[in-house]
Amino acid sequence: MDLSFTPEEQCFRDEVRAFLDQSLPPAMRHKVLEGLHVPPEDTLEWQRILFRKGWGGPNWPTEFGGTGWDPVRQFIFEEECAAAGTPRLLPFGLKMVGPVIQRFGNAAQHARFLPRILSGEDWWCQGYSEPESGSDLASLRTLAVREGDHYLVNGQKTWITLAQHADWIFCLVRTDRTGKAQAGISFLLIDMKTPGVTVRPIVMLDGGHEVNEVWFEDVKVPVENLVGEENKGWTYAKFLLGHERANIAGIGGSKRELARLKRIASEERKHGRPLSEDPLFAARLAQVEIDLLALEITNLRVLSAEAEKRAPGPEASLLKIKGTEIQQALTELMVQAIGPYALPFRIEALSDGFAGPAVGPEYAAPLAATYCNMRKASIYGGSNEIQKNIITQMILGL
Amino acid sequence: MHFQLNEEQRALGDMVQRFLSKEYAFEARRKILRSPDGWSREIWAKLGEMGLLALQVPEEHGGMAPATVETLVTLGAMGRALVVEPYLSSAILGTAIVRGLGSPAQREAILPAMATGERIAVPAHGEAGARFDLSRVATTARKGGAGFVLDGHKAVVLHAPAADLLLVTARTSGAPDAEAGLSVFAVPAGTPGVTLVPYPTIDGMRGADVLLAGVQVPADALLGPEGGAFPALSAAQDLGVAALCAEAVGVLQATLDATTEYTRTRKQFGVPIARFQALQHRMADMLMNVEQARSMSYLAAMHAASEDVRERRRTVSAAKVTVGQACRYVGQQAVQLHGGMGVTDELSVSHCFKRLMAIELTLGDTEHHLERFIRESK
Repeated sequence: MDLSFTPEEQCFRDEVRAFLDQSLPPAMRHKVLEGLHVPPEDTLEWQRILFRKGWGGPNWPTEFGGTGWDPVRQFIFEEECAAAGTPRLLPFGLKMVGPVIQRFGNAAQHARFLPRILSGEDWWCQGYSEPESGSDLASLRTLAVREGDHYLVNGQKTWITLAQHADWIFCLVRTDRTGKAQAGISFLLIDMKTPGVTVRPIVMLDGGHEVNEVWFEDVKVPVENLVGEENKGWTYAKFLLGHERANIAGIGGSKRELARLKRIASEERKHGRPLSEDPLFAARLAQVEIDLLALEITNLRVLSAEAEKRAPGPEASLLKIKGTEIQQALTELMVQAIGPYALPFRIEALSDGFAGPAVGPEYAAPLAATYCNMRKASIYGGSNEIQKNIITQMILGL
Repeated sequence: MHFQLNEEQRALGDMVQRFLSKEYAFEARRKILRSPDGWSREIWAKLGEMGLLALQVPEEHGGMAPATVETLVTLGAMGRALVVEPYLSSAILGTAIVRGLGSPAQREAILPAMATGERIAVPAHGEAGARFDLSRVATTARKGGAGFVLDGHKAVVLHAPAADLLLVTARTSGAPDAEAGLSVFAVPAGTPGVTLVPYPTIDGMRGADVLLAGVQVPADALLGPEGGAFPALSAAQDLGVAALCAEAVGVLQATLDATTEYTRTRKQFGVPIARFQALQHRMADMLMNVEQARSMSYLAAMHAASEDVRERRRTVSAAKVTVGQACRYVGQQAVQLHGGMGVTDELSVSHCFKRLMAIELTLGDTEHHLERFIRESK
């Protein structure tokens, strides 16, 4: 047992840190660290910066143009990126559809889709959920009927994150309605510009436009856009889930937010003293810090199991639950820290460069919106209750 | 970075577990609890034979310290079996105090016999009103006779009735809560003026309040520098907390296992109660508590002997908070999920519950360590 990183891993961390120091544009960094709106151009630009360095696919094998980093290096990279305040890389291409195409796609699909994910040319989104299919995903009804050299797709997907910017959507569609629900699902890649695809925004409780409904009306999808075999999509979806969950604990991001919370708490006053010195507040803050420390070690345990080639297991569910609980607790404490100044809500002030009159402390503007926004964390990616079902079945064997 | 045990560590763990599952099963343990002493000299001797009492004894005195991972593994197995012998008190805390303070001659006189199990030495530190404040000591030692005279009242000295040697903390100078001015004296059991008020503890161990009235000890009973015992006491305490966390993880896992097993076999409404989602999610929460506690027990073990004292205190306290909260949650839920059977003495769950409760209150409770974590984080 040894909880320290190897000298090689330390060197790697230094290399990443030096690169970030040099290459992360200060304006991007500012937006991330202050919790301001990060526009899509920043996300793509950051992907391109990494691509030029050869780091466009931090979680991809070298044969597909990735870095070939092991899970520990991927973790170090993500942790350093989070600490430095880089925009979050889009998971839809890199962590979701990319690995599925690599594993189950054919050579033509490799050549056509993978390079454009690395270079930041294509923006992907994920078409899984439907109005009637949330946690019970296998009940999905979007229909794809084979007609000669194409599928005719009809149906509705929902909660599609950032679909308004997307060039492509990967969808789970029903190709067989006869057998077991899971057995009639296929994995289809659809060009968002195809006639019959409509995107409608869903405005969220923080006023943000992050998710969408996507409608398919007689959308013609060439059969070469089917990944793998027809009716095997559920298997691919489960494979994808394993990759999506890498870094699901969000340790690096939570460490950064904890530091921000501490900054805010040292600025705010209670009884004329810094809020950070208030025993009640300090206890709540310390509790989150300790929970995060414990989760960091749990995360390293899972990583080291992965590095030893033991399959990533249902432990990911634990990381998801605890990770999101901590993320939510941090946003909650930030709101508590600024007290009444959590209430003024000016949506323009959530973007960088807002020049309106100051209301409250500089850091106050996005805090309530972030708190509201982060309620999603325990709902998305398999709600935390679904994760508990997985723990009971897969770990406890009940 | 890895979390694997090497071959010897795994073999040690297997050996301890095999021994305990054979000699320390539920009924055997109950018998030990009901015996007059409340612990077994026979088991203790065998722990000595297996080398387990020597893990924290330095090599030059017949031991294998630091043996960090071996200690973690051993304590985990002991937790699982709910061992009531004075392992933590003597083989960890007592050993660490003698090791940290004794002169070479004192160490050689005491530690080899502790390593084999012939001698048991436990700290007599806590006092009423001090709660868990390590530096708040009212017991006094003044120069007198050929050495020192001790007066005071030590509260809830775990395993005092079993001890051959009490390692008594007394104030030789300084304010009542000052770190400077604390000294440790090795006081043999039966020394005139030492009175024990013995009792069982809620978790089936034994302890005593120790009254010291004009206890005359020789000058060489003083371990370490006069008035300078605090750093070694604090180091021993942190090592003890790390060990206690490791033990707790063993108890926690046993408690969770007993609960999943029980809910799988207990039927209501025609089905095993493990089928009910309300219960399933409770057990998922228990599991998360156990795993977070396990992670922190590793971290505490690795930092317990750290040179960086602040980091050591901060990490060990963080671990005790996580473990203490897990002890309370898992213990309470385990009893709840066992239903009526959970509140009887007949199943292991209630015994686990009481040990978990005691662990939370030993060597600083959750609030004490949360407070220390905040202080050491500044």
